[in-house]
Amino acid sequence: MILVTVGSQVPFDRLIRAVDEWAQLRGRTDVFAQIADGSYHPAHMRFTDFVDPSEFKRLVGEAQVIVSHAGMGSIITALELGKPIVVMPRRACFRETRNDHQVAAAKHFGEMGRIIVASDELEVADKLDYSLTVRSSARIDTKASPRLIATIQDFLKGTSTEQHSLDDITSGLHNVTR
Amino acid sequence: MSVNTNIYKNKVLAVASSGGHWTQLLRVLPALTSSEIVFVTVLESYRSQVPDNKFYLVNDATRWNKLRLIVLALRVAWIVGQERPDVVVSTGAAPGYFAMLFGRLFGARTIWIDSITNIERLSMSGALAGRHADLWLTQWPHLAKAKGPHYGGSVL
Repeated sequence: MILVTVGSQVPFDRLIRAVDEWAQLRGRTDVFAQIADGSYHPAHMRFTDFVDPSEFKRLVGEAQVIVSHAGMGSIITALELGKPIVVMPRRACFRETRNDHQVAAAKHFGEMGRIIVASDELEVADKLDYSLTVRSSARIDTKASPRLIATIQDFLKGTSTEQHSLDDITSGLHNVTR
Repeated sequence: MSVNTNIYKNKVLAVASSGGHWTQLLRVLPALTSSEIVFVTVLESYRSQVPDNKFYLVNDATRWNKLRLIVLALRVAWIVGQERPDVVVSTGAAPGYFAMLFGRLFGARTIWIDSITNIERLSMSGALAGRHADLWLTQWPHLAKAKGPHYGGSVL
């Protein structure tokens, strides 16, 4: 089974369409897509709008390959279960996100060799074909790096704090609602 | 008879919006094993992942929708007032920002861990959260600055 996911928030029709076309081209009938209310309804894949987290984990565990937007929830889950993941970043210019942080994240994790990156819909078919030749990799640990755990624990042992005044609160609220 | 003087557990309010924010929050929980953890997030479906903990649901919001931001701020303020946590920790985004803000007002110590997805610059909520965070962290060494955010490891 191949699992396609666009995350828990907004649709990503550009990715769904590209994988749907690939499924037709390759005659695959075992592709399942989570499309988040997308307006493009795939013709060659089973699909649903949302899946809850435990079901999502189960699907990732069953899948041979994951195809995803460059959201960290999907990427981390795939790495935790040792599955190859093909990632296509959302783009701000198509109003798929507010900014291009997914482009930077995909590029970085791609260069580290942890994910397979399809920069756009034209690269999806090739990258998907390639991903099916990749063996599952070792599962990563399900907890943060020892250094981050230590940073937090050291902080919790200390006592430093500055209590806010009401002025800080009003200026904080002003900043964010500005 | 021995008296356990150490019976009081720190109460941590752990706050995250959906997707990667929530996934990253779960990965830092091993740092908080000696604390009572109360969760605040935006999707009911996450409750089953932390079945033994108190769990609050809030609406998510972005800076583009002022009304939702105000509703969120009031709800988070109410939760912080109810729970009076010793520590607030968040991986973002808007709900975490408000939890830092109000957590400080009620005397909590606050930890902001900016999402690992923010490689080129901090998130907007992460940049704003700096002044309300006692421990203000980026997950990327190249984004660390002398006055914060600091680098102290990553969720991966």
